[in-house]
Amino acid sequence: MDTGVGITLAFWIMAVVLVASALAVVLLRNIFRSALCLVLAFLTVAGIYVLLQADFLAVVQILIYVGAVAILMIFAIMLTRDVQQGNLPSRLRFSSLLLSALLMAVMIVVVTNTGWSISAQPPSPDTTSAIAKAVFAENGGFVLPFEIVSVLLLAAIIGAVVLVREK
Amino acid sequence: MSIGLTHFLVLSAVLFCIGFYGALSRRNAIVILMCIEIMLNAVNISLVAFSRYVTPVAMTGQIFAIFVITVAAAEAALGLAIVISIYRSRDTIDVEKIDLMKW
Repeated sequence: MDTGVGITLAFWIMAVVLVASALAVVLLRNIFRSALCLVLAFLTVAGIYVLLQADFLAVVQILIYVGAVAILMIFAIMLTRDVQQGNLPSRLRFSSLLLSALLMAVMIVVVTNTGWSISAQPPSPDTTSAIAKAVFAENGGFVLPFEIVSVLLLAAIIGAVVLVREK
Repeated sequence: MSIGLTHFLVLSAVLFCIGFYGALSRRNAIVILMCIEIMLNAVNISLVAFSRYVTPVAMTGQIFAIFVITVAAAEAALGLAIVISIYRSRDTIDVEKIDLMKW
C-alpha cells in the first residue's frame, strides 16, 4: 500500500515521541512529571489513530484518556505523598528488564515474519456511522457486549464511590 | 519506504514492552497503574492497525478498541480508588510494603 512522504514522516515523528514519552513515564523520578508524559503519550496515540483513519477513536481517546483517566491519575498523585522522589525501582528491576527485552524481541520477530493478509479495499471514509451500524446491526451485532459494558461501568462507579467513602 | 501494518505492530510491541517493564519494575502503585494504561494503549494500536489493514470495511477491530477503552477507564477508576483506600489505612502506596496477604 503506497503512502506519501507526509504520512511516513508523521508516523516516524509520532513513533519517536510515543516511545520517548512512554519511557519517561517509566523512568522519571517525579511522579507528577511522569503523569504529564502519560498525557503526551495518550495524545500521540490519538495521532496514530488519525494516521490509521480511525477518526472517531481518536476523539474518544482524547476525551476518555486525556480528559478523564489522566486527570484521575493526577488527582490520585496529589492525594498521596512522595511526589518528588516517588518513582523508585523495585527489587525486580533487572529480571523484569531482561524479561521485557526478551518479550519485545520475540514479538518483533513474530510480527515481521508473519505474512499478514493485507486487504486491498480502501477504508471507509466515515467511521462513526460505520461503527454505529456494526454495533447495532440487524443480526444483533455488538448489542449484548454494549449492554454488559454499560453495567460494568455502573458497577465500577458504585465500587469506586464505596471504596473511597469516609467511614 | 512506505508505512504498512508491520510498522504499527512493531510500534505496538515496543510500547507494550515498555509498559510491561514499568509495571514489573516500579514500586509506586500509581505508576504501575499508568504502565497498565500504556499496555492497554499498545494493544489498542494493534487492534486499530489490524482493522485498518486487514478488515477495512468490517470495523470489528475499532469496536473492540472501544470496548478496551471502556474497560480501561473502569479499571483506572477502581484501581485508583483502591490505591487511595490503601493509602488511608496503611499510609503508603509502595507495593513492596503492602504485604499483608503475603506469608
